[in-house]
Amino acid sequence: MNAVVGFVAALRDAGVRISPAESIEALRALDAVGYEHRDVVRDALAVVLAKSAAEKIVFDDCFARYFGAPPRFDAGAAEGEDRTPGRDDALDAGAQASNSAGTAGGPGGGALARMLADGDRGALAAAIEAAAAETRLDIVRYPTQRNMAVQRILERLGHDQLLREIAALRRAEDARSGERAEGLERKRAALREHVRERVDRRLALATPANERRRDESLAAAPLRSLDASDVARMRSIARAMAKRLALRFGRRRKRRRRGLLDVKRTLRRAHAYGGVPFRPAWKHRKRHKTKLVVLCDVSGSVAAIAQFLLLVVYGLTEALDAIRAFAFTGRLFEVSEMFATQPVETAIARVLRAGAFGSSDYGGALTDFVREHSSAVDRRTVVVILGDARSNFGDPRIDLLELLHERAGRLVWLNPEHRSSWGSGDSEMLRYLPQCDAARVCASLADLERAVRDLVAPRR
Amino acid sequence: MDDAASAADAIAAIAAGLAEHGYLPTRRIATALLLARELRKPILVEGPAGVGKTELAKAAGATFGLPLVRLQCYEGLDEAKALYEWKYGKQLLYTQILKDTFARHVEGAGAFDDAMERLRDVGDLFFSEQFLDERPLLRALRTPGGAVLLVDEVDKSDEEFEAFLLEVLSEFQVTIPEIGTVRALTPPLAVLTSNATRELGDALKRRCLHLALDYPDAAREERIVAARVPGIDARLRAQLVAFVQQLRAVELRKPPSIGETIDWARALVLLHAAELGAELVRETINVLLKYEDDVAVASAQSGALLAKARAAARAV
Repeated sequence: MNAVVGFVAALRDAGVRISPAESIEALRALDAVGYEHRDVVRDALAVVLAKSAAEKIVFDDCFARYFGAPPRFDAGAAEGEDRTPGRDDALDAGAQASNSAGTAGGPGGGALARMLADGDRGALAAAIEAAAAETRLDIVRYPTQRNMAVQRILERLGHDQLLREIAALRRAEDARSGERAEGLERKRAALREHVRERVDRRLALATPANERRRDESLAAAPLRSLDASDVARMRSIARAMAKRLALRFGRRRKRRRRGLLDVKRTLRRAHAYGGVPFRPAWKHRKRHKTKLVVLCDVSGSVAAIAQFLLLVVYGLTEALDAIRAFAFTGRLFEVSEMFATQPVETAIARVLRAGAFGSSDYGGALTDFVREHSSAVDRRTVVVILGDARSNFGDPRIDLLELLHERAGRLVWLNPEHRSSWGSGDSEMLRYLPQCDAARVCASLADLERAVRDLVAPRR
Repeated sequence: MDDAASAADAIAAIAAGLAEHGYLPTRRIATALLLARELRKPILVEGPAGVGKTELAKAAGATFGLPLVRLQCYEGLDEAKALYEWKYGKQLLYTQILKDTFARHVEGAGAFDDAMERLRDVGDLFFSEQFLDERPLLRALRTPGGAVLLVDEVDKSDEEFEAFLLEVLSEFQVTIPEIGTVRALTPPLAVLTSNATRELGDALKRRCLHLALDYPDAAREERIVAARVPGIDARLRAQLVAFVQQLRAVELRKPPSIGETIDWARALVLLHAAELGAELVRETINVLLKYEDDVAVASAQSGALLAKARAAARAV
């Protein structure tokens, strides 16, 4: 049973969500199929614990590592029941080791030396396992802790004592002792190797948790300071983000309110049946999804965040009624078409290339938009503008933004700069601000998620 | 020991039973079915279209000798359509016909209260079994001896319905206000399928056993084709399965499913083909691929695919 509980913990570390109810279920399942056949156990646990194709992969991986073909000294390590007697042995071993510290070099030597000499694998494996438990191997998470953990376990096993014994045997200078010393030394190296393997196994189970933590810190990192190597990872985080949001808000629009009669429609239908209300009509409540119009500044200063905004927004099609995206630096051009026909990544790259040169001109972009695409905006539309509002001292055309604000359901400005620098230098942000229903700082993926969530959340 | 041995036997027995009904399971599938019966939990089967999710439920029904009750999900499906409805028309019709009887019934009743009192029993009559329109979920619960309940494409239904399903599947009982609680005497073996067009709720997943089906490997697919299309020549079978396997590795809008492999095999048998040739592939590929783009992609590569398929088939 301990083995299953430990395994569940390992799976959780690897990012599989498992509820207590499911671990109980796992035990019931094992009761039903028995523990005899490894493959049957794996299948049964997979069916109960891993609840998606992705989780199945993690599961198989974890299973192989956790119940992996046991290393030679490790027989029975996975069996929880063996652990308790093993621990006693190790305690005894420790006690004996300290007792016999002064009498080194005797034929038996310390407990560890004896175990090694006898080749008593079961006892040794149990002792390693016990030492691992005592030195709290289960809280070791990072590869940097490897050597320390190995050292601690070896100490616990009476490694110092063993070294002293080997040294003593060497000093004795007769051939038999020398031979024994060599033998012990070889076994000591093997032991070290096994302990290291044990620690690595633990680390292998713990690493996915590290990755998760890294994802969290990446999500909070400001996007402008992005390392190129992180971009791929960020993309996948952004995609997961979009999926999460789509899941939450991509629900149906029509909600039947059971039991509320739509009197007008029922009466109208009744005409067909001589006034008898044969087919009652029920009231519906319609919930509109958001229609989104996104205006993205794709000049160098905002490009980093723009690509992620587009990535998230286009991952959200399920939750949205319609999306139209426009990109601008100086001139504004529509990019919806590009996103509809190409994979999002390629499209983003092309958009960014197209806008890479030139300095942003917000007034010009607004003029273009109002002249050519103002029909895209109606009362159900949310207009999102992403940009730093640095217009290079051109005319900001506040009047056009005001017009947009009046036509749109909402106007939201996302600015990658911190609030304190709004309005400094050529930033027109403070002058645009009164025309916006909301303005947010949007500098990291976490900010972005919050902002997009507000955009697609249904309003009453 | 005994327990384990019998479990292994039981799994083997289920696998054999499924095979007998034309479904070749992996051991994991058979294990899942065993657990579903032992633990009385629904199975959620996920996987791309055409890997035999629905087929599994049908075969399970046949294997366990249980009738199959199917509930096809779609957007807008609600409890009324899934569980029960009152036969509204019939109720109306009866009231119309029985108008006179009612009149007689309340005749002589002085006060309004009195008339209501007399009519109360009649009202109960109208909301009784007679007017109850049983829908799949209720039918599955009330089938004596149990049933296999196939809830097809749960991912197409709405979240509200999913929540409702949760209640039915965990308790195996439903409450009809007018009649009372209906509890399943024998809980049905519930099989839910999903194409993963949307992520299902965690709560539902937690309550189900989960089975992820994928396209079978060549060996299993060959056995499936052999089981479904008995008349096919072994060499042709190996070539065609290898070809389909190659095709799945190519980026397509819709990779060919097992069902389409079988259809293709049938088509080739009808054409008396002995071997897969470029000409034959070009003429029959539309059995396998259903999109213009896919056909174009596949045709362009068909030569290379065919060569590989032949090589793979020879190796076998």
